[in-house]
Amino acid sequence: MSMVVDIAFWGLGIAAVLAGAAVFYVDSMARATYALAISFVAVGVLVMFLQQNYVGVVTILMMVMEMAIMAVYMVMFMGMNPALMPMSMVHGNKTALAVALMTFVGLAAGILLVDWPDRRGSPAADVTMALGEELMGPKMLVMAVISPVMVATVVAGVVLAAHRTRYDRFGDDLKRRPAEDPQPGGVGR
Amino acid sequence: MSDLMLAAGAITPEVTVVPGGWAILALLILGSLTLFAAALDGALSARAAGVANGLGRPFGETARLLRQRRRTTVQADHLLWRIGGAGLLVTAALMVTVVPLGEWMIFDLDVGVMWFNAMDVLVWAVVWLTGWGANSAHSLVGGYRFLAHGLGYELPLMFALVAPAIAAGSLNVGQVAEAQDELWFAVWMPVAFLVYLLGVVAFSVSGPFAPAIGTDIAGGVRAELSGVDRLVFEAGRYALLAAGAAFAVPMFLGGGAGPLLPGWAWVLLKTVLLLAVLVWARRRVPALRPDKFMEVGWLVVLPAVLVQDLVVAVIAAGRG
Repeated sequence: MSMVVDIAFWGLGIAAVLAGAAVFYVDSMARATYALAISFVAVGVLVMFLQQNYVGVVTILMMVMEMAIMAVYMVMFMGMNPALMPMSMVHGNKTALAVALMTFVGLAAGILLVDWPDRRGSPAADVTMALGEELMGPKMLVMAVISPVMVATVVAGVVLAAHRTRYDRFGDDLKRRPAEDPQPGGVGR
Repeated sequence: MSDLMLAAGAITPEVTVVPGGWAILALLILGSLTLFAAALDGALSARAAGVANGLGRPFGETARLLRQRRRTTVQADHLLWRIGGAGLLVTAALMVTVVPLGEWMIFDLDVGVMWFNAMDVLVWAVVWLTGWGANSAHSLVGGYRFLAHGLGYELPLMFALVAPAIAAGSLNVGQVAEAQDELWFAVWMPVAFLVYLLGVVAFSVSGPFAPAIGTDIAGGVRAELSGVDRLVFEAGRYALLAAGAAFAVPMFLGGGAGPLLPGWAWVLLKTVLLLAVLVWARRRVPALRPDKFMEVGWLVVLPAVLVQDLVVAVIAAGRG
């Protein structure tokens, strides 16, 4: 039975790599996006094989959602019309190839050359909890401070980027009700 | 390497993990529930239209669609189109793997609630792909409409699933069901329950969330679907509704708890009743325009369910 698990593990790894390669091989934005989604799903299941069930399932959840939205933006910004016109997914081939090969060689050399330590002790009963404490434990305060700062940055960025202000919506005296919006909302503000 | 998938010992002592072969029975049950939902919908449609008994409509439609010739469009992306069309049914099947049938379970995952959530997000991809693949403007408009709805309903749905998990102190579906031996979660977290049901209706592309397949855009996502493709897509929508109803039973309706009857019978009974209510209710609610529902979702539904989560968290912390 453990052989079945081994085969499934390596099969998923190969599927993740091949689906990742397909992103550059296919000739449609939609196919490229969902090839990437398949790659991420395979990685998510692999993470579940490492008993990090929460991390694995969250990876699948977030990545599928992200790719569903990303496909929309890819099609919108990349000038691909809905007529499924084929288009190449690569550019700057020589530079990209050189960087990719160097990165691969560097990482692979690292894997092979590092003197990996032997296992000491045994895995924690709840490895997800152990991973979280290892990553976040002493830095929890920093994380707790950074999160509201990040949210504030996102909100401020959107506010600065929006070309319409409250004066456009509510008039010069801010008294116009309901607001004049090009896209009326659902709650009648 | 782990033997997670083969974990023989269940997480909750009361739950028995059955061998994989029983998945066929689970599929048969899901199929029966799907048929039930379709037949009830047919009967309600027939009554509304004032025509004779519509209970047999799913059979008639199946026979008609199986005989129908498959239509295609110019330069359709057949691979993505077929993945999308069949995906709804597959997603529904993956959802019910974590639902305990009384004491039996196929996949006793410690993060079963997240699993269900991940599967309902798959619906985004699947519906958009169905709209995209046909290479038809109306289909694609339907696909975009569904994603716009998704942005409105998905976060409230996620936070609605958080409430029972907080109260039970676990993401395992069996343990969430166990935690309701005193009072069903549907009773003391009604907002989360209602928002969850809204989410179920939404991810089955039906009722108020049907503009993605609206007649104003010639059928939207399913405009170009014909024959067996259309059959599988429609069955998938009913199956998602059924899977959502089945998952509500351990999450909000006490799982297999109930007098006289065994646990599995109660699970099935509650599922059938909730499914019937959903099929009936979704016909009663008018369509929600995607652009307008976005604001309703973010400014009304999401804060409401967040307050619900806060209340549940405070009560759970108080009980200690």
